[in-house]
Amino acid sequence: MLNAITLLLVFQLLGEVIARGLGLPLPGPVLGMALLFLALILRGGPGKDLENTANGLLGHLSLLFVPAGAGIMLHADRLASEWLALLAALIISTLAALAISALVLTVLQRRRGRSS
Amino acid sequence: MIRHDFTGLWVYLSASPLLGLTLTLMAYLGAWQLHKRSGGHPLVNPVLIAVLVLVGVLWATDTTYDTYFDGAQFVHFLLGPATVALAIPLYGQIQRLRSMAIPLGVTLLCGATAAIVVAWGTGALLGASEASLISLAPKSVTTPIAMAVVEALGGLPSLTAALVIMTGIFGAMVAQGLFRLIGTRDPAVQGFAMGLAAHGIGTARAFQISSETGAFAALAMATNGLVTALITPWLLPWLSRCFA
Repeated sequence: MLNAITLLLVFQLLGEVIARGLGLPLPGPVLGMALLFLALILRGGPGKDLENTANGLLGHLSLLFVPAGAGIMLHADRLASEWLALLAALIISTLAALAISALVLTVLQRRRGRSS
Repeated sequence: MIRHDFTGLWVYLSASPLLGLTLTLMAYLGAWQLHKRSGGHPLVNPVLIAVLVLVGVLWATDTTYDTYFDGAQFVHFLLGPATVALAIPLYGQIQRLRSMAIPLGVTLLCGATAAIVVAWGTGALLGASEASLISLAPKSVTTPIAMAVVEALGGLPSLTAALVIMTGIFGAMVAQGLFRLIGTRDPAVQGFAMGLAAHGIGTARAFQISSETGAFAALAMATNGLVTALITPWLLPWLSRCFA
């Protein structure tokens, strides 16, 4: 487990260094994920240890958003004065993004299924 | 005397990170129990419940967010390695990813554009301020990307953080109901839409459905982060002229 955690941190660090060094608009961890994905392709898959650690960490991914979520309390004033516009925009655009991506992907896959 | 001891204890505890960390875990475990008891119902969202409980406790005890975050940062820090770890379920879907590369790319462009344009349009029609609109535009992508985009465009990054979290919670709560309504059954499609529209919180919810759903959500979350960072600066001047 210690090996796997160290490996994850090394990839995060690599992502951070490359993103900052090249001034990319991506956060380090996201680039780290892309790099680890490439490494897994080259190596032909993760070992048992890495797989178990990843599953453990991702099993309660929701927990990791709680501290940032509580930061909502800092914006009580603005949320109170513009709540209707912000809430409506948030609800309608999230529903639109979910529906449009689900429908577009479904249609494109059906087309490919038919042509192949 | 007892009261004095209690005040002393409170002063001591509230100055150490232990309290913020323990409170976060307790609030989450309580919320998780409720979520499980509801049979994993998407409306009983563990992030939402834990956040509401925490904000309530912090308000009632007059604790500032900064003091709380001194402890909670240890949980927050794990978001980094957890994001890197998403590469592992992603690798598990490599066969399907290869065969679906083009449809996924087209879907990504449509979904990312829709999220930004509809958010801006709705907000502008209902009279939101320009600073709020900029802060709202990239709300479908993961917090660090959204904050960096908004900062570069002159919005309010900390408001963006709050809107991003609210988007994620809302998306995770309604996605399955919406999929039932429009007849989307393929776990790959469901996952991709959830990760695209509701970033990490949508991805966390997708992993609760199945590991295949979660893997496609992780892919959409990562690639939408990139696409949104690239197209938002280019879309906003156009949107601000359209809805002026």
